[in-house]
Amino acid sequence: MSQEQIDQLIQKEYAAGFVTNIESDTLAPGLNEDVIAFISAKKNEPEWMLEWRLKAYKVWKEMVEPEWAHVHYPKIDFNEVSYYSAPKSMADRPQSLDDVDPELLETYKKLGIPLHEQEALAGVAVDAVFDSVSVGTTFRSKLKEVGVIFCSISEAVHEYPELVKKYLGSVVPQKDNFYAALNCAVFSDGSFVYIPKGVRCPMELSTYFRINESKTGQFERTLIIADEGSHVSYLEGCTAPMRDENQLHAAVVELVALDNAKIKYSTVQNWYPGNAQGMGGIYNFVTKRGIAHTNAHISWTQVETGSAVTWKYPSCILKGDNSVGEFYSVALTNNYQQADTGTKMIHLGKNTRSTIISKGISAGKSSNAYRGLVRMNPGAEGARNFTQCDSLLIGDQCAAHTFPYIESKNPSAIIEHEATTSRVSDDQMYLCQQRGINPEKAVSMIVNGFCKEVFKELPMEFAVEAGKLLEVSLEGSVG
Amino acid sequence: MLSIKDLHASVEDKQILKGLNLEIKPGEVHAIMGPNGSGKSTTGHVLSGREGYNVDSGSIVFNGKDLLEMDTEERAREGLFLAFQYPVEIPGVSNMEFMKAAVDAVREHRGEEPLDSVSFMKKARERCKAVNLPIDFLKRGVNEGFSGGEKKRNEIMQMMLLEPKLCILDETDSGLDIDALQVVADGVNALRDSGRSFIVVTHYQRLLNYIEPDYVHVLSDGRIIKSGDKSLALELEEKGYGWLVTADEEGVA
Repeated sequence: MSQEQIDQLIQKEYAAGFVTNIESDTLAPGLNEDVIAFISAKKNEPEWMLEWRLKAYKVWKEMVEPEWAHVHYPKIDFNEVSYYSAPKSMADRPQSLDDVDPELLETYKKLGIPLHEQEALAGVAVDAVFDSVSVGTTFRSKLKEVGVIFCSISEAVHEYPELVKKYLGSVVPQKDNFYAALNCAVFSDGSFVYIPKGVRCPMELSTYFRINESKTGQFERTLIIADEGSHVSYLEGCTAPMRDENQLHAAVVELVALDNAKIKYSTVQNWYPGNAQGMGGIYNFVTKRGIAHTNAHISWTQVETGSAVTWKYPSCILKGDNSVGEFYSVALTNNYQQADTGTKMIHLGKNTRSTIISKGISAGKSSNAYRGLVRMNPGAEGARNFTQCDSLLIGDQCAAHTFPYIESKNPSAIIEHEATTSRVSDDQMYLCQQRGINPEKAVSMIVNGFCKEVFKELPMEFAVEAGKLLEVSLEGSVG
Repeated sequence: MLSIKDLHASVEDKQILKGLNLEIKPGEVHAIMGPNGSGKSTTGHVLSGREGYNVDSGSIVFNGKDLLEMDTEERAREGLFLAFQYPVEIPGVSNMEFMKAAVDAVREHRGEEPLDSVSFMKKARERCKAVNLPIDFLKRGVNEGFSGGEKKRNEIMQMMLLEPKLCILDETDSGLDIDALQVVADGVNALRDSGRSFIVVTHYQRLLNYIEPDYVHVLSDGRIIKSGDKSLALELEEKGYGWLVTADEEGVA
C-alpha cells in the first residue's frame, strides 16, 4: 500500500467519524442466541467460534451487573442495544472533507488532529475499526516480511485459528466479569497481533476505534501475543460522535507476553463524554489484562479523557519470575463525567516488579476514582511494587477518590504507596495571569505539568496529541 | 506612566486603601515604605488585578488607559509586572515553557509574531546569567524546590525577559542575603531607563542603597502620609515610622 493510500485511509477513518448519515446494516436491538448466530454468520465464522460465543452467552445470562464501582448511571437495558452495525459499503464513506459537517470538522480541528498532520503517522501501522467491522489494516505486507501478523480479529479467526483458539480467553476468561462475558458472546471486531520469537516489531501498531451508528454498542476484542524475546508497541485511539443517548462500549483486550517479551500498550481514549449537562456519552466498560511470563515486561499507558462513565482497570498478571508490570495513567473528568479506573498488579513469580503512576484530574461536577489492587501471592518472593497516585482538583464541585487495595501474602515483598491530592491553586493561576497568560492556557499548562510523568511514557506523536486533548477536554472548566 | 487618584480598595470587605494618590512618570523609581499592615503589598496586588482585591472608588490610569477596565493578564500584557514576595511553585511546568508562554502572550498582544525557540532560549540564558541562576533552572519546574533566594532571582529573571514598562517589586529584598541582594539590585538597575518605571515596596532602607529611588513614600493606614527623596528613607531608618504616624493622626484630628 502506498503512502498516499495510507494517508487517505487514515483520513477517511477520521473524516468518517464526523458523518452522521452513513448507510449501515444495523441489526435490530436485542440480545439472544439468534443475534449471536447472526453476528457469527456475518463474519462467516467456523463452528467452534460460534460455540465459544454461545457458551459465553450462557455464562453471561447467569451473571449480575457489578455495582461496586464509584459510578452512577441508569440501569442498562441490554435488549435496547444493537449488537451489530456495519457500513453498507466502504464507498459510502465520505470521499472528501467537503462532505463533512463543518461543525464536526471544527471539533476535530479543536482536537488538535488536523487531517494533514496525520502524515506524522507515517511510521505507524493502523487497523481502523468502524462500528462492528474493521475497514482495513495498513502496512500488513511490510509487517509480514518480518513475520508480524497484524489484522482484524475476524480475519485471525479464519487465518490463524490455532493461535486464536489457544490464546482467546486465556488471560480474561469468559466468566471473568459481566462485561467481559458479554463481550465474549457478541464481540464484533478488533485487532489481532502476533510477534514471532525474537522479533522487534519494526513500527508502532495502532487501532482506531470509532462508534458511528446510533443505538449500537461496540464490543471490540483485541488479542496481542508477543512470542519469546519479541517487542511490540501498540496504541489505540477511540472517538465517537456526539449523541444525546448513551452508547455502550464493552471491550476486552488480552496481552500475552511470553518469556523475555515486551509489550507496551498505550491508549488515548476520547470517546464522546456527553455534553456539559451530562447528557449522552459513551459507557466505557472495559477489561484489559496482560500476562507476563518469565522476564517479560508489560506496560500500560492510558490517557482517559472521554466517556460519560469509565470502568476500566488495565492489569498485569506477573506470572513469570522477574517479570515487570507498569501502569501509567492520566484520567481527566469534566462536567458530569465519571471515571472509576486503575489497575491490578498480581504478583505470582519471584522478584516480580510493578510500578503504578496514576494522575487523576477532576473538573466541573465530575467524579474521578482511582481503584487499584496490588497483590503479592505467597510465591512472590522478593517482589516489589511502587504506587504513586495523585489527584488534582479544578474548581470546588468535583470529586476525587482513591481506593487502594493491598494484599501481601509474602513477607519478603515490598509495597510502597504514595498519594497526594492538590488543587490548581488561585495563587498559581494568579502567577500565570500576572505574566500575561490567559486562564485557559494557565489551567492546561498546570494540568499538563501535573501529568508530565505519564506523558513521557507515550510515543512522541501521541504525547503531543494527548496534551492538546487535555486542553480541549478542560474547555469551560475555568469560570 | 501611572496615575492613581483617591484609590479606595478592600480585601474580603476589609478596607485597606483609603484614598491613595500616586503619580509616576516614565523612568522614575518610587519606593513605598511603611509599617506592617499599611497596605503596601495590597497596592501592588490592586495594581496587578488580583482576584478578591476590590476597588471601591478612585481611578488608576496606566499609559493613558483605564487600568481598572482590564483583566489581570491584560494588564500584564500592557507592561505591568509584579515581582512576587512569595512566588508560588508550579510543579512539572518548566520555567522555560512558562516564560515562553508569557513572552508569546505579550508579543501577541503587541501584534508581534511568537519568538522562535532558538531566539527565546538565547535570551533566557542571558537573563539567567544576569541574575546568577544556573541555566538548568530553565528546565526545572517553575519555582519547584527553589530556595527563597533562587525564587526571588527567578522573579527578576522573568522581569528581565518580559521587559515591562512598570515593574512592581513586592518586598523582593525580604529573605535575601547581601550577595543575593546585590544580584537582584544589579538586575533591576540594568533595566532602568527613561521609558521604564519602578515601584519598590520594602520594609527596609537597605535595599534603597542598592536601588536608588527618585521618591520615597510612606504609606500608613492606606494613604501616603509623607513623600520625599531618598533621604526620607534614611530618616525613617533612624527614627522609625512612629513620629510620622502620630503627626499624621494629630494633623487629621
